[in-house]
Order: sequence, then C-alpha cells, then structure tokens
Amino acid sequence: MSIWTRMLALDRRWVFAGIALAVLIPIITGLTLPLGKPAPPTVAVYDFLEDLQPGDVVMFAVDYGPSSMPELHPQALAMVRHALEKGLRVLSVSLNVQGTALANDVLQTVGEELGAVDGEDYVNLGFKVGGSAVILGMGEDILTVYPVTADGRRTRTLPIMRGVRNYDDIALVVDLAASNIPGAWIAFAKERYDQDIALGITAVMATDFYPYLQSEQIIGLVNGLKGAAEYEVLLGLQGEQAPGMLGMSAQSIAHLLIIVLVIVGNIAYFASGRHRARR
Amino acid sequence: MRLQIPLAITFLIGLFMAVQFFVPHEAFQYSFESLLAWVRIVGAFALVLGIGSLLRTHWDKIRRRRRDWPYSIATIVSFLAMCVIGIGFGHEPGTIFYWVFENIQVPLDATMFSLLAFFIASAAFRTFRARSTEATLLLVAAVVVMLGRVPGTLVVMFGDTSLAQYLHTHMPDVSEWIMNFPTVAGKRGIIFGVALGAIATALRIILGIERSHLGGGGGGGQ
Repeated sequence: MSIWTRMLALDRRWVFAGIALAVLIPIITGLTLPLGKPAPPTVAVYDFLEDLQPGDVVMFAVDYGPSSMPELHPQALAMVRHALEKGLRVLSVSLNVQGTALANDVLQTVGEELGAVDGEDYVNLGFKVGGSAVILGMGEDILTVYPVTADGRRTRTLPIMRGVRNYDDIALVVDLAASNIPGAWIAFAKERYDQDIALGITAVMATDFYPYLQSEQIIGLVNGLKGAAEYEVLLGLQGEQAPGMLGMSAQSIAHLLIIVLVIVGNIAYFASGRHRARR
Repeated sequence: MRLQIPLAITFLIGLFMAVQFFVPHEAFQYSFESLLAWVRIVGAFALVLGIGSLLRTHWDKIRRRRRDWPYSIATIVSFLAMCVIGIGFGHEPGTIFYWVFENIQVPLDATMFSLLAFFIASAAFRTFRARSTEATLLLVAAVVVMLGRVPGTLVVMFGDTSLAQYLHTHMPDVSEWIMNFPTVAGKRGIIFGVALGAIATALRIILGIERSHLGGGGGGGQ
C-alpha cells in the first residue's frame, strides 16, 4: 500500500485531534493574527449606528440560541456596546425562545460596564410566539404585542418607551439570527413598513442574505465571527472586550488546517490513482 | 360542511389579507391588527399541541420499551423539571431556571453544535475532490473564500513576506467579489424559484385546490 493510499485511509480521529489542537492552542496561548480591513457590509452597519443621534431607538432582535453563540454573541455584544455608548435607546425582542436569556446576558454585561440603566437606556421585551405576526404587529403597535417586558414590568410605564409606538419611531432593527428569521424581517418589517434593517448572521448563512444587501433591502450585514471581530476593530476594542478577535485566531488556524487537509486529500486522491478507478 | 366551512374561511381570510395590503382604510387596518392578534393566540395553542405531542411520543416509547427508551425518560424528566422550576420560581436572571439555562442548556447546546467542526473537517478531507471541472471550480472558490474570511492564515502560511502582505490585502476583496456576484447570481435564481413556488402554493390553498393543511392525509386536489 502506497503512502498516498494509506493517507486516504487515515483514521478520522487524527483529523479530530488536529482540529482540537488547532482550536485550543490559539485560545490557550492568546495568539492574535492580523484581521485585514473590515468588510464593507460590516462598515455599513457601523456607519449607520454612528450617524444616529442620542435618544434614537435601535431594536435588537435576538433570534439565536446557544448553538450559535460563538459567532453571534460577540456581534451582539459589540453592536449593543456601540449603541449604548452613542446614547441610543436599545430595545430587545426575541422570536427564538432561547434568545430572551441571551439578550439579558448581552444587555446586562454591556449595561453594567457602561452604567446604563435598565428601563431607561435599554430594555428586554422578551420572547413572543407568532413569528411574522409579531413582526407585523410591532409595525402597528409595539405596546399591544409587548404589554409587559421579559421580567414582567408594564412596558407602557418605562421611560425608554416614551414616544415609541411602532417602526416609525425606530431608527434601525438589527436582527441577529442563525435561521431564516431575517427573511421574515425583510419581507414584513422592511417591505411593508419601510423599516431599516441590518443583519448579524452566522457565516454559513451569508450566501442566503447577500442578495438582499445588493438590492438594498438591508443596510448592512455583520457576517459570522469575522464580522464580530471587524466590528470590535472599528470600535477599538481589545482583550476581554473583544471575544470575536480571540475566537478569530482559533477559527483562522482551524480553517488553515481544513485547507491543508483538502489539498493533501486531493493530492493523495490523484497520486494514488483513485481518480482512474472511478472512471 | 366540515370541509366547506374551513375552505370558505381560508378563502375569505386569504383574500382579505391580499386586499388589505393595498387599502389603507381604518376599518381594514383595525381588522388587520385583530387578525395579527389572533395569529399570536393560535400560535400559543400550537405550542400546547407541540408539548402534548412531545410527551405522548416519548411516553409511548417508554411504555413499549422501544430502542433508546431511557433517553425519553431524560426528556420528560427534564421538561417537567424546567416547567416546575420556571413556573414555580420565575425565570428572570438570578432564578434557578436562569441558572439551569446558563450552566446546563447553553454548554450542552454549544457542545452539540461544536461537534460540527470536527465532522466538517473530516468530510472535507475525505470527499472534497476535484473530480470534474465543476467540482474543481467549487473547490477553488471555497478555498479562496475561506482564505478571504480568515486572512490571518496567510501570515501563518507565508510568514511576513511581501507575498503574504499582498494576499492579506487582496484576498478578502476577491472573496467579497465571489460572494457579491457569482454567489448572488445563483442565490437570486433560487430565491425567485422559491418565491414563485410559494405564490403558487398560497394561491392553491386560498382557492381550495390544495387541502392537505386541513388534515386527513389528503394531498392536493384535482
């Protein structure tokens, strides 16, 4: 058996071990790699938030669960930080039942750091069942859809809700999701109510939503962990405040290993003569 | 009547939802808001049905001692425990419910998803082959997009050389071009196809041609 044939029959546990090391070593050593210039779709979201005035309202739809946290949580932390630093009012809603707790985590982490006040600077309205009906309902009256917040306070009585009735009073909706929910936000909030929308999505979903970027149905798109790291760079964050950049090093080395595996696998495939056997 | 009444309701509501989009009259607006509230209420009932179905399926599995039935015990016990904790002690930050979510569900969910990285790496090594022109194009595009997404790897590969600097600067642009043009062209074709299919299905349901949503296992109409 030639070396190439043996390579093709490599026990997949070696591949698993390689990936484990590729992820662990950068995290343990705190390795940082150059990120490159931020992608235009990320910069577009940053610029839009940057141009808003203090007191403007931004709604974050936290529509992801723990499985997508490594990519989307750093995005949420960075964008909510940007909004609160700018003095924008932050509302959070969730169409994913697990999103409520994750939104709490984001708002409390950033809120405590910046000294923002729950109910005045930010509020978590929580999960509501109904999907597209919830999105449409908020276009008419947010208080009807969310009479109480996630922790049971009457929404109407909160200072943050002063002058906020529907999408007319919201400058931007940022949907953070790892599913097809952004499609519903675009179809209903954008197309029916002309609400400006930005997306924060996992990298694997990016191809699904680039067409909406080109057609200007979304104002920008933060794409995966790289997008989170780019946003952190734009904000000038470092260290613990930049979990996206730390994760990017692990992701970079893991991607490099996958590229090497694909190349080696193809060399072995042709060198061992397997390609002839298939014909 | 059991068939005609649901078909009539579907037709009338479907027609109303299509018409109201173009009529900004107050009466239409009020009816639209009421219907949206109804959708949310019906959605909540669907949640109850889902829970009932989950419990029935797993209880049946335990009763008949089907394959892997002990996992069904774990499902039912976990479900009931979370219900008791959540309903009995609240679900705000600082409660037991929240602690369980943060310290059990989040790590378990994240772990399940993280396993994908290992299987994707193994699958890429075993099956991603340049067997044809199309497969080769796909492979090259994938490698370029991957490198563009993680430009730091170029520094690892080529060191701090001028080649690494050049690729580090331009590879993300090439990756962005692939995402912006060839990918969007293909994706847009798919979106059009799906949208036309959705419109056709919606029309079939509104007109009563497609009746499978009424249950009974019946497929499309004539």
